[in-house]
Amino acid sequence: MSPVPSAGTAGGKLFDYAPAPESRAAAGPIEPRYGHFVNGEAIEGTGRETLTTLDPSTGLPLAEFAQGTAKDVDRAVRAAREAFPGWAALPGAERAKYLFRIARIIQERGRELAVLESIDNGKPIRETRDVDLPLVAAHFFYYAGWADKLEYAGFGRGGVPRPLGVAAQVIPWNFPLLMLAWKIAPALATGNTVVLKPAETTPLTALRFADVCRQAGLPRGVVNIVTGDGRTGAALTAHPGVDKVAFTGSTEVGRAIARSLAGSRTRLSLELGGKAANIVYDDAPIDQAIEGIVDGIFFNQGQVCCAGSRLLVQESVQDEVMEALKRRMATLRVGDPLDKNTDVGAINSAAQLDRIRELADAGEAEGAQRWSPDCELPSAGYWFAPTVFTGVSASHRIAREEIFGPVLSVLTFRTPEEAVAKANNTPYGLSAGVWTEKGSRILWTAARLRAGVVWSNTFNKFDPTSPFGGYKESGYGREGGRHGLEAYLDV
Amino acid sequence: MSEPLLRLSVQKTYKHYVGGAFPRSESGLVYEVTDRRTGDWLANAPRGTRKDARDAVAAARRAAPGWSGATAYNRGQVLYRAAEMLQGRRAQFAEEVAAAEGVGLKKAAALVDAAVDRWVWYAGWTDKVAQIAGSANPVAGPYFNLSTPEPTGVVAVLAPQSGTGHSLLGLVSVLAPVIATGNTAVVALSPGAPLPGLSLGEVLASCDLPGGVANLLAGRTEDIAPTLASHSDVNALDLTGANPDEGSGSARALEVLAADTLKRVRRPAPAPDGEDWTAAPGTDRLLAFLETKTVWHPMGI
Repeated sequence: MSPVPSAGTAGGKLFDYAPAPESRAAAGPIEPRYGHFVNGEAIEGTGRETLTTLDPSTGLPLAEFAQGTAKDVDRAVRAAREAFPGWAALPGAERAKYLFRIARIIQERGRELAVLESIDNGKPIRETRDVDLPLVAAHFFYYAGWADKLEYAGFGRGGVPRPLGVAAQVIPWNFPLLMLAWKIAPALATGNTVVLKPAETTPLTALRFADVCRQAGLPRGVVNIVTGDGRTGAALTAHPGVDKVAFTGSTEVGRAIARSLAGSRTRLSLELGGKAANIVYDDAPIDQAIEGIVDGIFFNQGQVCCAGSRLLVQESVQDEVMEALKRRMATLRVGDPLDKNTDVGAINSAAQLDRIRELADAGEAEGAQRWSPDCELPSAGYWFAPTVFTGVSASHRIAREEIFGPVLSVLTFRTPEEAVAKANNTPYGLSAGVWTEKGSRILWTAARLRAGVVWSNTFNKFDPTSPFGGYKESGYGREGGRHGLEAYLDV
Repeated sequence: MSEPLLRLSVQKTYKHYVGGAFPRSESGLVYEVTDRRTGDWLANAPRGTRKDARDAVAAARRAAPGWSGATAYNRGQVLYRAAEMLQGRRAQFAEEVAAAEGVGLKKAAALVDAAVDRWVWYAGWTDKVAQIAGSANPVAGPYFNLSTPEPTGVVAVLAPQSGTGHSLLGLVSVLAPVIATGNTAVVALSPGAPLPGLSLGEVLASCDLPGGVANLLAGRTEDIAPTLASHSDVNALDLTGANPDEGSGSARALEVLAADTLKRVRRPAPAPDGEDWTAAPGTDRLLAFLETKTVWHPMGI
């Protein structure tokens, strides 16, 4: 590979941007201490243990919240069970109007929720404001419209398909409010009631969503939120009173849940890990591809299950692509999540930062070449510079394991067949990318990729009408679109 | 020239159907299958083993690219021919079903007719399923966005052990939808009624179905099914005919094994004995072993 000049000369001197910070006060008041949200009320947890959520950009505590006990979970499941018959019996058009209200309230309170999300998660305000929150509102709006049209969705054998009952939903920390929307909106539209457990590092927007439910006048017990770590999640997903479990998170936990539900009648949908290939053919529009590669791996600090973490470049354009990629990476602004100029924010937690560091170190130890642009990282909080590894082979850990951070592994190929074989050489199958100007090559490649979402000449696009979910060990079931209804219907 | 008073019939050695061939069990073991009506000896069926199951999975995996890549029209033609071949051997299958399920010959013939019709029904679905299971998605942006169903891959199927018509009609009802949608299958036949299924292998071998698309094994569920449930190259598991007890061939035990590789699992009916295989099937088995792939592309000039 040709030597790449350092960022300063390759991309020219970066403009100095004056800070453009969003106001922290816009997040609204953060309580010092939170309990659960059960049966329409904020309640104290029954256990003594509390957890603390931190601002990952500073490492400073934001709030304490309850570590949900089995008793708390039981109370929430009972509330959801009691609310179920009434909610399911509501005319679909009435359920729809509650969801439309929620969508509208989220739009109205979009700025507040975006700032709160950025503070609790560490992701740039540009993303929470322009991606997360618009998608959250759109998701509720989309499924609201389905609530009174379920008999036309093509599930069941005529008539209105029935809901399952109480849904236990466990969501991750990477898109806290968006994952809440992906879980709650279809569940409620189809007539189920829910108990949702947000991740233990990002509970604040879920707890604020309880206030959105209050404003919408949602009947008590239809949405219940229990906070806590994996122990609370395990108590919830194994609770005998739930009819449906929906989990988004690690493949390891997904396996454990599948095992625990074996032999039961509880339905399960899983959205798990990924190690997506992003294939760049020699005829790709390089400038667009570079934007897609950057968006694919540095969006949300790479903490995305569908991140394009394995770049597969055709050998003949490798030098050109790498040079352009490094030039572009040098312009990424890493820093304060609340600064509107920030491209890459903070890593969500110390534990996640440790995992990213451990895998990146393994990449070096196994012989791959590591590169990051010169970038000054804040001294407090959790940060990791955008990183790319070249000279990666298929057996390296950084090519096989999900890093869930801003770390890109670059592999090369010579023929389309080799690209497809390498792309599919993973137990995961969540997403993939293809870059080429040739339409027939896109379709040929897309048809052979064993992945649930294929972005061609684009990456990391999401929409409530578009089904999302994996092949193989990336899980089963789809979220979004008409397909997303099935996971919550008794069909 | 005088004719013998009695002609001794030539009996068939029943064998597995794997990779388009008819091997015996690698174990060399067989077990006795008797007539449900009389208790008389019918045949020695091969007693499949873990190794037989692994060989069948390998055959199914080899066949997967060709079969999933065949046109839907071609798959429909091949499956329709399976119905033609089955129709031509109606009398033989009626005998086998009568003996396997302990029903009268007339009832058995009706069950064979229903099995023929079921092949025809599923053959017609091959080039329509994408139209009912796929969608064009109106995303809020300048993108073409299309969701299409694709076969899950290799599907292990435990054929029904009970219910009206389970030995042939039930088998066809669980196998046909799996291969109609482009999957390849490894089927553990009903241990108590394997003969119609083993004979079905002869039908499948003569209908242009590529070898390895459907593989049929006889034997004890607890010997074969755990290997299928835990095999990394099996993508999905249909537990319709899981053992009703709590042993290693039970639905629960097999689902636990399947969780390790996150297989798609279709659970058995709450009361498998009560299943009526003559009832209209609906599309749920057809849609059970599909993956939805969504492809995005920008629109612009």
